[in-house]
Amino acid sequence: MKHFFLATILAGAMSLPAFAADYTIIAPANPGGGWDQTARSLQTVMQQEGISSNVQVQNVPGAGGTIGLAQFASQQKGNANALIVGGYVMVGAILTNKSPVTLKDVTPIARLTGEYEAVVVPAASDIKTMADLVEALKKDPGAVSWAGGSAGGTDHIAVGLIAKAAGVDPTKINYIAYSGGGEALAAILGSQVTAGVSGYGEFESQVKAGTLRLLAVSGPERIAGVDAPTLKESGLDVVVENWRMVAAAPGLSDEQKAAVSADIEKLAKSAGWQEVLKTKGWQDSYLAGDAFNAQLEKDVAATEGVLKDIGLVK
Amino acid sequence: MATFDFLLQGLLVAAQPMNLLYALIGVTLGTAVGVLPGIGPALTVALLLPVTYRLDPGGSLIMFAGIYYGGMYGGSTTSILLNTPGESASIVTALEGNKMARAGRGGPALATAAIGSFVAGLIATLGLAFIAPYIVKLALVFGPREYFALMVLAFVTVSSAFGDSTLRGLTSLFVGLALSVVGIDQLTGQARLSFGVPELLDGIEVTTLAVAMFAIGETLFIAAQGDKGPDKVEAVRGSVWMSANDWARSWKPWLRGTIIGFPIGAMPAGGAEIGTFLSYAAEKRLTKHPEEFGNGAIEGVAGPEAANNASAAGTLVPLLTLGLPTTATAAIMLAGFQQYGLQPGPLLFATNPQLVWGLIASLLIANFMLLVLNLPLIGLWVKLLTIPKPWLYAGILLFATLGTIGANPSVYELGMLLAFGLLGYAMRVFGYPIAPVVVGLILGPLAEQQLRRALAISQGDYSVLFTSPIAAVLLVIAAAALIVPLILRARGRGEVLSQLAANED
Repeated sequence: MKHFFLATILAGAMSLPAFAADYTIIAPANPGGGWDQTARSLQTVMQQEGISSNVQVQNVPGAGGTIGLAQFASQQKGNANALIVGGYVMVGAILTNKSPVTLKDVTPIARLTGEYEAVVVPAASDIKTMADLVEALKKDPGAVSWAGGSAGGTDHIAVGLIAKAAGVDPTKINYIAYSGGGEALAAILGSQVTAGVSGYGEFESQVKAGTLRLLAVSGPERIAGVDAPTLKESGLDVVVENWRMVAAAPGLSDEQKAAVSADIEKLAKSAGWQEVLKTKGWQDSYLAGDAFNAQLEKDVAATEGVLKDIGLVK
Repeated sequence: MATFDFLLQGLLVAAQPMNLLYALIGVTLGTAVGVLPGIGPALTVALLLPVTYRLDPGGSLIMFAGIYYGGMYGGSTTSILLNTPGESASIVTALEGNKMARAGRGGPALATAAIGSFVAGLIATLGLAFIAPYIVKLALVFGPREYFALMVLAFVTVSSAFGDSTLRGLTSLFVGLALSVVGIDQLTGQARLSFGVPELLDGIEVTTLAVAMFAIGETLFIAAQGDKGPDKVEAVRGSVWMSANDWARSWKPWLRGTIIGFPIGAMPAGGAEIGTFLSYAAEKRLTKHPEEFGNGAIEGVAGPEAANNASAAGTLVPLLTLGLPTTATAAIMLAGFQQYGLQPGPLLFATNPQLVWGLIASLLIANFMLLVLNLPLIGLWVKLLTIPKPWLYAGILLFATLGTIGANPSVYELGMLLAFGLLGYAMRVFGYPIAPVVVGLILGPLAEQQLRRALAISQGDYSVLFTSPIAAVLLVIAAAALIVPLILRARGRGEVLSQLAANED
């Protein structure tokens, strides 16, 4: 029994830092996806730069991050040590899921990164170019299955916009939602689906290894060092950027909010963070304060319009 | 062969005194957190990541490997001794292991778990070293329809394997399935059965349900019996160590558990629990002592424990070959890799062989340490059972409650723990098996999502579920597992089955 208690005390002592941590970051997706990578990069850099000595990441996956968001908003109220990673996917998911908890229920701190979407097919696929894919889509929209993140997220929106630009009824697309980038990637690699859409970073190492074929990227211009046309070059007038942000808990005082914002600003300006952006292939889209809030409002309104346009939101 | 050279080199690095010390710290911590319900290896590795920041990559990876394997093993100790699974992958261990412990055979149960974990860890780690590229191909062949067939097989085998009555097993399973639909639907994002309660949007946590049903329900049951209950548990009967007969009955389940657990662990949507379910079901069908199942059969501990450690190694297959972390622990180990500027992925084996082989070598060392640490402890662990019942069960209650709020500090979680504890108590009183409820909660969402994905990809064509060879084979096995016992029973053959049929009246 003595050992039993020892074990309990040991484990108890280990869990103590969980409550005394400087920051706990919620990644509202499965391990391996974009938000998870963002959260874990934040963790690494915050510790590296001495912004916080102890940072934890917790995965709360599902439904475009709305599960994590709902839990965060309810459980962390007033907790200045809690952060959640989110982004464009969450904006869409809140609308399509009619989530009772929205970004208004948390305290958005800053936009951190942007990433362009990539359209890929398995290396063994008959589809060689974006034109081939569009042709297949025109022939029978239902026969082309797309793997990507949660329903109503950036990936889903991108597929809808591609269909619309190709003159195909966007409500006919066959989109298979996965709760995180990792699971979707496995489905694409296993040729379970026709094509995959996700942030370029999630496909990069597979594209380099030649197991996935990159058909197009969704930026206004090509990504430096990446041999793939933009969607525009492929004849589809679509530009999609998946931005990611960090938010704090609801119910913070102005001082608490200012302290968190200062920490995040320090992070975004740090050399360590710039290094992470470079290695992950993320664009630096740091935007904070009122400018970010205004931009966020604009994005939410625009996203709602897009989702209605392509029939994801009635 | 270069493979062997790399492995030997890795072993030399891992066997340095400092690294052995890290391995020892790792397995000790891992075992400790594995014992506590709710606090898993993922959290521990995450907590230690900043600490290991100053170590060299080799040292920290060795420590992580120790925590990972230790955590997978540690969960079985409380399962066996206290009927309180520390992790969801050790739920099955509680079924036979706890019965063994009550019959004074806790020592052999712990020993077969420890040695089985070692054997499985050893074989699976070697598998990781030599056949990872092939295993990962197999894992990727598994699409939605194959996963669905696997879930059907798991459903069929577990519902008939847990408890004596199929009807009661199925009833329990459906309770679990009903609980599993609570929360936001992953595919459409719609809230189901949440009744507007935000806390229910997350669904029901598996460990909360398992701890409630097993530990709280059991405690209430014992308390309700008062003095009329069965006499004091016999702590030790016969040797603490495994007899020759125990060895003879354990080695095949260890190997079978490894073979089942490793590939399932490697599947992106697999998970350690499914391997343990299938291993338990397989051992129950293959055993020469079917009458002991449900009363403490050593095979029912040996197989699932081997399966859960093998799947821990299996999880590293997609991590190292694809850069795809399929569990939270793997994700944090991925972060550990990135800390040293390494990106696991299809090219890692080619670009950083030293590191990959160093990790594999440290897994072997950790595995060995675990055995060294745990075998001598068995004699001490079983003394736990000599504690007077009121104290023991009070301790279990405290322990279960602490673990649950430690994992998720919310009053609501505590309420669920108590409510499901009452449900577990009622089910015990009325003779319904407990495990299928937990199984339903784990498998339900997986089966549902995979079926819906399969049908979406096929545009609603149900034939797709049978046209894949792997799915078809799995479904045929499932059908056989369902129908064969029925035929045997109808013909009145098989002593046990007819006996069971008679008992049901």
